[in-house]
Amino acid sequence: MKKSLKEMNIFAAQIRKAALRAMNAFHGGHVGGSMSMSDLMAALYGEVMKVDPKNPQWEERDWLVVSKGHCGPAVYGTLALMGYFPEDELDTLNKEGTRLPSHCDRNRTPGIDMTTGSLGQGVSAAVGIAWGMQYQKKPNYVYTILGDGECDEGQVWEAALFAATKKLGHLIGFVDYNKKQLDGYTKDICDLGDLRQKFEDFGWHSQEVDGHDIPAIVAAIEEAKKVADKPSMIVLNTIKGKDCCFADTFYNHFVRFPEEDYEAAIKELDAKIAKLESEG
Amino acid sequence: MYKVVKEIRPEEVEMKKTFADTMEEMAAKDDAVVYFDCDVINSIGMVGFGEKYPDRCIDCGIQEANMIGVAAGASAVGLKPFTHTFGPFAARRVIDQVYISAAYAKLNVRMIGSDAGVTASYNGGTHMPIEDMGLMRTIPEVTLLEPTDSVMLADLMRQTKDMYGVFYIRITRKVVDKVFEDGSTFEIGKAVELRDGSDVTLITSGYCTTDTIKAAEILAKEGISAKVLNMFTWKPLDVEAIVAAAQKTGAIVTVENHNVINGLGSAVAEVVGEHCPVPMKRIGVQDRFGEVGSIDYLKGIFGMTVEDIVAAAKETIKRK
Repeated sequence: MKKSLKEMNIFAAQIRKAALRAMNAFHGGHVGGSMSMSDLMAALYGEVMKVDPKNPQWEERDWLVVSKGHCGPAVYGTLALMGYFPEDELDTLNKEGTRLPSHCDRNRTPGIDMTTGSLGQGVSAAVGIAWGMQYQKKPNYVYTILGDGECDEGQVWEAALFAATKKLGHLIGFVDYNKKQLDGYTKDICDLGDLRQKFEDFGWHSQEVDGHDIPAIVAAIEEAKKVADKPSMIVLNTIKGKDCCFADTFYNHFVRFPEEDYEAAIKELDAKIAKLESEG
Repeated sequence: MYKVVKEIRPEEVEMKKTFADTMEEMAAKDDAVVYFDCDVINSIGMVGFGEKYPDRCIDCGIQEANMIGVAAGASAVGLKPFTHTFGPFAARRVIDQVYISAAYAKLNVRMIGSDAGVTASYNGGTHMPIEDMGLMRTIPEVTLLEPTDSVMLADLMRQTKDMYGVFYIRITRKVVDKVFEDGSTFEIGKAVELRDGSDVTLITSGYCTTDTIKAAEILAKEGISAKVLNMFTWKPLDVEAIVAAAQKTGAIVTVENHNVINGLGSAVAEVVGEHCPVPMKRIGVQDRFGEVGSIDYLKGIFGMTVEDIVAAAKETIKRK
């Protein structure tokens, strides 16, 4: 990695703080999934993706389609920290006329590459973007993040078959496998079983790593990039609500929270950052 | 500018041949033209296109939802996707994908749904799209087109290639009647006047056009002067032309190869009701399912024959 492990872990904690700041503006939001994907966001924007925050439409950029579009706050937090827009704008989440709606919208937010929110659809768009750039012989990479509950949608598997058939080597997907969806545990609602194996069976290069281990995520992406003739899926084992003290509850998909809870969560994250900084 | 033929006769080729030829013509000129289909490439006559342009004739397999998402994504990087499958699947199976990934995302996709209404014929109720335009009509900013013949189809395809937005183009694969002279061009959103008249206005599109003209001719023999508008753009609707026709003729009959609920008749009625209420009747499928049968049989059971149109015109005039 170009950055130190410490720097990356601090960046991830800052992303969590920024995502919570955005959701605090609405006193609620998709806390569980935003927290579980924050380390991935740190890996992508802190280390992997070729982007220019001053020029979000840069032709040579790598693309990101957040198919689990309800986790906009984690993306907005990352984009704000990267300088796509001022951090103060995080306080406008869901305010009338905002550029930061609850779900990702390519026409509103600088740095958002695709409109998502209806689950299963973002992955198809990512496949289309990757196919389009393969046809145009462009070298850009396309990343897409799926929720595990989202994998209940048949469209995900349609897209998986298509991407493998078209040998989309520059498409790298992630499943934020936090084992929970809105109503409960994925295994009880629609058992996903061995997701890594499923994507492999669908023709993808498929890996499974700890989704809170940033170097492991970065290493898996590097490994994925070595495979030119297959799309890659990286299944991330994660914890829903990770590092957010008030989100350690059964129903932590969408959480309403009072100011005190927010302040307690920020205090804990600040303590984590301070500890990381003191570790030298 | 368009010119109506002197005598309406069946075209020499099936409409799908015009579709395929026009795709080839556009692809030859523009590398951004890409084609997606869901395992009915052979049915729409695009095998030759696929042989000529294998890298941009994409058979997605039987997965309509993904096809629309992929097309939307491909348009995000500057391509100009055309998609095709049979009408029911081009609409019902993908309505949320069209809504969110294409229209709400403000991307750039042209969708072709084939086998409009009764032309699905012996494929029967499962394959007979009589609701496709109605479903699409409720999605903001989608342009809805139902070309009448091959001349119009080719012109609209060429125009939409270089326009930006989401388009649904409803066609039949079969031989249709030639209504317009070669070289005719059309303005999307503007009705085509096929015949002027003063007693009643008949508003139609697509496959029903010839029957509507025939009905107007029969009415003329009986001393009734019918204006005929070809409303090939269902959305955005030519409000001005409808209001002018209502004001001039005081009676309107719509004729559509579609469910009368949320179809052309509904769209016209909304305009008439708001701007110039006059007696109206809607000819089309009266909120029922399709079934197997010849096109003539289906027109009969749906109440869409020339005689039905004539009777509706007379009845509507009486209600003035």
